[in-house]
Amino acid sequence: MVPTDLRYTKDHEWVRVAGDEATVGITEYAASQLGDIVFVELPDAGRKLDQHATFGVVESVKAVSDLFAPVSGEVLATNDALTGAPELVNGEPYGEGWMIRIRLADPDETEGLLDASAYEALIAAG
Amino acid sequence: MLEALGIADVDALFDDIPVALRASRLDLPEPQPELELAARLEALAARNRTDLASFLGAGVYRHWTPPAVDQLLLRGEWYTAYTPYQPEISQGTLQSIYEYESLIGELMDLDVVSASHYDGAAATAEAALMTCRATRRTRVLVSRAVHPHYRQTVAAYFGGGLEVDEIPLVADGESAGTTDVAALERLLADPDRPVAGVLAGHPNFFGLLEPMPEIGRLAHAAGALFVAVVEPVSLAVLAPPGSYGADIAAGEGQPLGIAPQYGGPYLGLLASTDALVRQIPGRLVGMTTDVDGRRGFVMTLRAREQDIRRDKAASNICTNQALLALAASIYVATLGPHGLRDVAALGAARAAELELALAAVGAPRLYPGPYLNEFAIRVPGARDVHRRLLDRGILAGLALADIEPDDETLADALLVCATEVTTSDEIARFAAALEDVFGGRPPIGVEVGAGAERSERPRARAGSPR
Repeated sequence: MVPTDLRYTKDHEWVRVAGDEATVGITEYAASQLGDIVFVELPDAGRKLDQHATFGVVESVKAVSDLFAPVSGEVLATNDALTGAPELVNGEPYGEGWMIRIRLADPDETEGLLDASAYEALIAAG
Repeated sequence: MLEALGIADVDALFDDIPVALRASRLDLPEPQPELELAARLEALAARNRTDLASFLGAGVYRHWTPPAVDQLLLRGEWYTAYTPYQPEISQGTLQSIYEYESLIGELMDLDVVSASHYDGAAATAEAALMTCRATRRTRVLVSRAVHPHYRQTVAAYFGGGLEVDEIPLVADGESAGTTDVAALERLLADPDRPVAGVLAGHPNFFGLLEPMPEIGRLAHAAGALFVAVVEPVSLAVLAPPGSYGADIAAGEGQPLGIAPQYGGPYLGLLASTDALVRQIPGRLVGMTTDVDGRRGFVMTLRAREQDIRRDKAASNICTNQALLALAASIYVATLGPHGLRDVAALGAARAAELELALAAVGAPRLYPGPYLNEFAIRVPGARDVHRRLLDRGILAGLALADIEPDDETLADALLVCATEVTTSDEIARFAAALEDVFGGRPPIGVEVGAGAERSERPRARAGSPR
């Protein structure tokens, strides 16, 4: 079940847009593929991200993956709860497991992202 | 097979390697019968000089190794898999690596030790890269008194947008030959080129003690990390890197029970604070409990390794060097903290004796600052003198012009060292041979009086004991 109110990337990040801000995390599919997540490395607030740039790293017991910014903008906040409880990404990927909040540099960029049905088709295709 | 792969010939497998980098033809002689080959090798081996009184250090140090070290290394159990990925069959090897990491961590006074690297130069270059990853900056400052080979290795690793600048040395006065702290401050002050890490050696390449706390303080004030390049035996008597604020320590592990063996294989030591645990390349072994609650050892934070992260691994240039790490562990454990302190202190005492003997025949120290067991002496025509001493059975350290040919201030200097295996007899032979080479007269341009006077005044040599 992919939430229909979010936008997605081919790299399995999700974006929730509210005004000129976007919240970013990884999808339930990505979290389950990674397995038990043990560490999330996030950028400092204030960092400017280009679209598609690496903004962090997510580490599970079996793999380490880069996190890619779905949209460009400035990092407003990071989810500090993940420092002590990285398993939130597995448990609530679309809620408490969020990763960063970004002030959008170009709101039009979100239009280029996948919607829920397109993302569902992507993961169905493997 | 070629058909299955869809290629015409084997050469197609190497298409990814630029033609210029491929070996065209190996310049090898024709095959030889084993008898002839053995005779050839024996003839080559006979050219080695084993009769010399050696005062050569310059990054590699002779020490007495307890026979237990080599004897234990002969056990077949250690000649196992390259990397012990499977804890269920590798507990012995994993425990030995864990013990290595614990022992080196204690020597360095740092939280995390990786096992391990090829040599001190590689470990130093990895330390420099760590500072760039951790700070997301692209420029490091390396003291010119870090071993020249290490600086070359850092430069070779850096590229693709990473920069290395050298910190000059103090030219005159009491601090001559050590890192110029005022110059460091200026280099750190450039707002357009923020510094990721500052690297300094302690003792430095010339054997001198550096103002490490001050260098570290300046680095941190500029938001940079501080890397100490250290010699492990010295850590038994000198303050360890963790105590003066180093974020990372790198060094050559050879002095810990590994013979000079013609330049390798050696052991790269690399340690860091806990904050950098995800940046440190190489294997980390942790202690844990198994399903039955029994103590066990396991590779930890493995997901950052090259077999999983490929080109994004923390490093693709590291190795277990497990047998050499084991040698270091057995050496340190056999000597114990008091034994290791004796080794370092005895080396310092022998070096002090050497300084007096050489100054008395007209070869005073080049730099006046405190040292531990290695120092540069001023000898006019150093390279020629070095050759003539070799004819007299003395390996008079390193002519610094051989390793730093472009530095005129080092044209007339030899870098000499003493360790606990240096004897008073060898020191007397060195001094006598040098006097002989000088023709019984002090060399022109050397103020013997000043040198002798200086050498009679004892000064702190062994740094501040812990």
